[in-house]
Amino acid sequence: MNIETLLLTVVSTSLVYSAPLIFTSIGGVFSEHSGIVNVGLEGMMVMGAFASVVFNLAFGDAFGAATPWLGLLVGGLVGMVFSLIHAVATINLRTDHIISGTVLNLMAPALAVYLTRLLFQGRGQTDILQHPLSTVTIPVLSKIPVIGPIFFTKTSAAAYLGIIVSIVAWWVLAKTRFGLRLRSVGEHPEAADSVGISVYAYRYAGVLISGFLGGIGGAVMAQSITLNFSVTTIVGQGFMSLAAMIFGKWHPVGAMGAAVFFGFAQSLAIVGKYIPVIENMPDVIFTIAPYLITIIVLVAFIGNARMPAADGSTFIKAK
Amino acid sequence: MNETPAIEIHHLVKAFGTFKANDDISITFRNGEVHALLGENGAGKSTLMNMLSGILRPTSGQILVKGKEVDLHSAKDASELGIGMVHQHFMLVGAFTVLENIILGSEPTNAGRLNFKTARKRVEDILSRYDLDVDLDARVDDISVGMQQRVEIVKVLFRNADVLIFDEPTAVLTPQEIDDLLAIMRQLAEEGKAVILITHKLEEIRAVADITTIIRRGRVIDTVKTAEKTAEELATLMVGRPVDFDLPKSDLAEGAPILTVEHLDVTDKNKVKRVADLNLTVHAGEIVGLAGIDGNGQSELVKALTGLLPVHAGTITIAGKNTTHATPRQIVRDGVGHIPEDRQKFGLVMPMTVIENMGLMTYTEEPLSKHGILNEGAAVKMTEELTKKFDVRTSSIHNTAGSLSGGNQQKLIIAREMSRDPQLMIAMNPTRGLDVGAIEFIHQQILNAREAGHAVLLISYELDEIKQLADTIAVIHAGHLVATREAGDLTTSQIGLLMAGEQLNEEAAVDAD
Amino acid sequence: MRIKNKNIQSIWIPIIAIILGLLVGAIVMLLSGFNPIENYINLFTGAVGTPNAIGEVLRAATPLILTGAGFAIANSAGFFNIGLAGQALVGWLCSVAFANAFPSWPGYLLLPGAIIAGALAGAIWSGIAGFLRAYFGASEVITTIMLNYIALYGTNAIIKGVLAHGNNDYSPTIPVQARLRTPFLENLTQNSTFHWGIIIAIVAAIFLWWLMKKTTLGFEIRAVGMNPDASRYAGMSTKKTIIAAMLISGALAGLGGAMEGLGDFQNIVVNTALPDIGFDGMSVSLLAGGAPIGIIFSALLFGVLKIGGLNISITSTTPSEIVNIVIASVIFFVGAQYMIRYFFDKSGKKGKKNGKKGAAKGKADAPTGTDADQAAPTTQGGDTE
Repeated sequence: MNIETLLLTVVSTSLVYSAPLIFTSIGGVFSEHSGIVNVGLEGMMVMGAFASVVFNLAFGDAFGAATPWLGLLVGGLVGMVFSLIHAVATINLRTDHIISGTVLNLMAPALAVYLTRLLFQGRGQTDILQHPLSTVTIPVLSKIPVIGPIFFTKTSAAAYLGIIVSIVAWWVLAKTRFGLRLRSVGEHPEAADSVGISVYAYRYAGVLISGFLGGIGGAVMAQSITLNFSVTTIVGQGFMSLAAMIFGKWHPVGAMGAAVFFGFAQSLAIVGKYIPVIENMPDVIFTIAPYLITIIVLVAFIGNARMPAADGSTFIKAK
Repeated sequence: MNETPAIEIHHLVKAFGTFKANDDISITFRNGEVHALLGENGAGKSTLMNMLSGILRPTSGQILVKGKEVDLHSAKDASELGIGMVHQHFMLVGAFTVLENIILGSEPTNAGRLNFKTARKRVEDILSRYDLDVDLDARVDDISVGMQQRVEIVKVLFRNADVLIFDEPTAVLTPQEIDDLLAIMRQLAEEGKAVILITHKLEEIRAVADITTIIRRGRVIDTVKTAEKTAEELATLMVGRPVDFDLPKSDLAEGAPILTVEHLDVTDKNKVKRVADLNLTVHAGEIVGLAGIDGNGQSELVKALTGLLPVHAGTITIAGKNTTHATPRQIVRDGVGHIPEDRQKFGLVMPMTVIENMGLMTYTEEPLSKHGILNEGAAVKMTEELTKKFDVRTSSIHNTAGSLSGGNQQKLIIAREMSRDPQLMIAMNPTRGLDVGAIEFIHQQILNAREAGHAVLLISYELDEIKQLADTIAVIHAGHLVATREAGDLTTSQIGLLMAGEQLNEEAAVDAD
Repeated sequence: MRIKNKNIQSIWIPIIAIILGLLVGAIVMLLSGFNPIENYINLFTGAVGTPNAIGEVLRAATPLILTGAGFAIANSAGFFNIGLAGQALVGWLCSVAFANAFPSWPGYLLLPGAIIAGALAGAIWSGIAGFLRAYFGASEVITTIMLNYIALYGTNAIIKGVLAHGNNDYSPTIPVQARLRTPFLENLTQNSTFHWGIIIAIVAAIFLWWLMKKTTLGFEIRAVGMNPDASRYAGMSTKKTIIAAMLISGALAGLGGAMEGLGDFQNIVVNTALPDIGFDGMSVSLLAGGAPIGIIFSALLFGVLKIGGLNISITSTTPSEIVNIVIASVIFFVGAQYMIRYFFDKSGKKGKKNGKKGAAKGKADAPTGTDADQAAPTTQGGDTE
């Protein structure tokens, strides 16, 4: 493998593997900035993955090339509906956020596999997709010398979309009224309430956005990597997204960057055998690298990061 | 006055379960007046104001704003009717800038996008009009408590409030800041706004209020013209019986030094120096009152004394033993009793029983445990004795500490700490938020400790409390001990200046010496 | 969330949660065209209808009692140990590896040795998270999740690279004298996989009760869990307490894994996902409100659901995943017990004239419940101050 092909492979596999994490971790950012801890991202991804695969298989012939992109939307919407469980539990029923998130993680695979068995004659996994999210070559940008072939040829369009979403998310959180209010309910809900901001409404918004983006994340995963749905489609990507969010210090662009980094670590497990220095290292090192790095980062650097002050809190409006 | 009152409330009731926090309250608030609501902690003042500002909803009764009956569902409703509240616990987002806090909830926008330019101009107009010093671009976490309060006031004015409610606004201010605040309140009233001041401090009422309504146990006792009543009369109305603020205190000969602090430096978690080169001695039979504004190093000093924060430099000696680097448990065993600043956060484990809380300091010692195995019988016996001796009222000692009233929680802590017969008692804000009866009891216990020959270090943000109890007054500012004098040698305003970091002028210093 | 066992309601909360969870399962079955009553009957008979089924239920409950107890003790100290699965997995691996390493040892040395190896491995694995929390403030929620995946991929690599013969995906079976399954128990239960581990599990649950109620360490763990600040004031070392609680928690989870290795499977296989006994143990403990005796019953219920669930898909076309939907729903309702308490209070008030003013006032005056001062949330929510 020459150096350019190697770089192309590393970049494109990094992006392919990071794309699901980018969307989901930005979802986590919205939820946690509204004050709702979200360990249920994994469950939201499962539902998004399931829904997108079913949609893709059912309507692939009808929508052709647009199918996987519509599949993202369907995955996002189903993830959003599913995240209502988390919203109702944490916001209205005062459930501990981590317990509620865990309920999502217990419920999603059970429900999705149950439905898969209903839809696919008792089988626990679906057929293989005919219209996956394949890699694309971006027209103009791919013509740039050196950079073009490495970054914009046969690459993950979903990852680039995720990068754009991260910037938009930053703009929304930092510059708009919606963002200011969303952050205020995650920082100091009583203060927000005292100036007439509906804490409940903004927290619902935060959770539902996370469900939407988490669902898209799951849909990206299923439609670009596993290409079908089974109980092993989502194994830890939701938790890795949570880690990316923390690694990114609750900042959408930071979370995106961390997600890309995790994608890179995963890609090394695949392309590592072509890279001279690391070719003889056991695969397991690359497999566990993202998890290990997260722990190290948490221990070494998180001291400077500030999570939203009221993250994990239950707001009870006085009556 | 025949003008329509700003707010009238008629027969307002607020019940929580069967407990009536407000019972048939009727008051009229007029524009151009400062109207004080005087009552003890727990009398129902804040509940009343929370109903006026839309945070709570009345159980029954009417609220009329400018003659029209209203039904307030949220703070927004109240705000739209021109009612604004300056909260006792500031409602500010620490991570946001001052400007963001001011506009939050009433943000000027262009199609959803925040318009900081317009906002800044409007806020700056308000600042110059009332001559308020506020840094709009600072993060709220980084500004002083006094400035935070000004931000709260600007927040209310930004919403064009016509009625301003100040809920215990002076608790965290220096005497000089209090004077400034009262001047702002007068200015607001003179501009024709209705100002409502909730407080239990008689001096403030005497200084600023035109009208005073006294509330006791959820009921209106009387509404009076402030000028027509003396402070004693107001106090009697507030408590329901004559209050004797002067507790008898015997003269004691100065004993041996029990606590000696030399050149103490303490840094907090973020490596910021909070106590600097502090020297302090407390003798047996002496109460040293440490005066200062919240956040000037008092918490860190107490934590260093009790082993909860590492000492950066200097030495601490307690009863002849060097405890500079001792663990909290060693310090407890060396004879230090401690009434912490926040009883619910530090003093008690609220979901645990009274018995378990009574044994919190001594559970590792016999008879409460042996070889790591608890002896529940001994704990019950000890708790029964102590709750009786210190008048901790609970229907059962198996109830949780959280089920006790604030006064009884504090008595539980005092029982636990006094029963260990400590040579040094450290008490921080021991009466905060308590009613007069409990305050009297606790003050008496502190004096008893002194009578018994113990050394007492009393840290309080309430200057009155320090003046009342202390033999020696020390003033702390920005981590430095700026003065240590005999109690009679400083006037309130002198202490206030010292608390604010000012120097006393020569004349005053000569007087004091 | 700490669930308090103060009043008679607390026994009703899990019962109501179970009923509501079964109801959700019934609705899902109805919506997908299955007969819930028939299925539930099949579930029940599938779980207790034969000695073999009962044996399987007890076997399934065994590791859950242990992981449930492990979750409970960490939770008492204020730690949300999501890492039970990883701790169980390393415990499983080490117990099997130990047993296979010394095949010539007699049973009275090998079996205890293997059990202790499992417990130690689990303790070390969770001890890492406890240490990082105590000394670096790293949220155990995140570190234990990460450690789960490191355990999953790490044990897989060790099984394939070290333990397995040739290209196998599983370790050799452990020596006979290290097995918890015995011919006596197999005869008793028509060749079920029931094993002596149940005794270990019950002893562990009783040990947990004794530790929490009768010892100064238990007192410290509870105090630190409920109020770390006050505990520091009282001279307790929160760091030591945290680490002690996490070590015991992980040891129990590791024991749970050892039960799989020495009892049920008698070897270890490459896993595609984390073992269920981790998250199920957490659910068991949440359902029981952390009460040790409750954990035994709760684990038995999970055993019934898991084993009986298999019978559902045998006797009908209903996917057995319905059982996990029921379990997730039950935990949802346990978590949302505020709702159950609320209805209790409402219906209770009609009978009682003296409403609880303290409680009612507390509700109105307590707007927040959680202080999250760590890098990521701890779990002090739920308890409004």
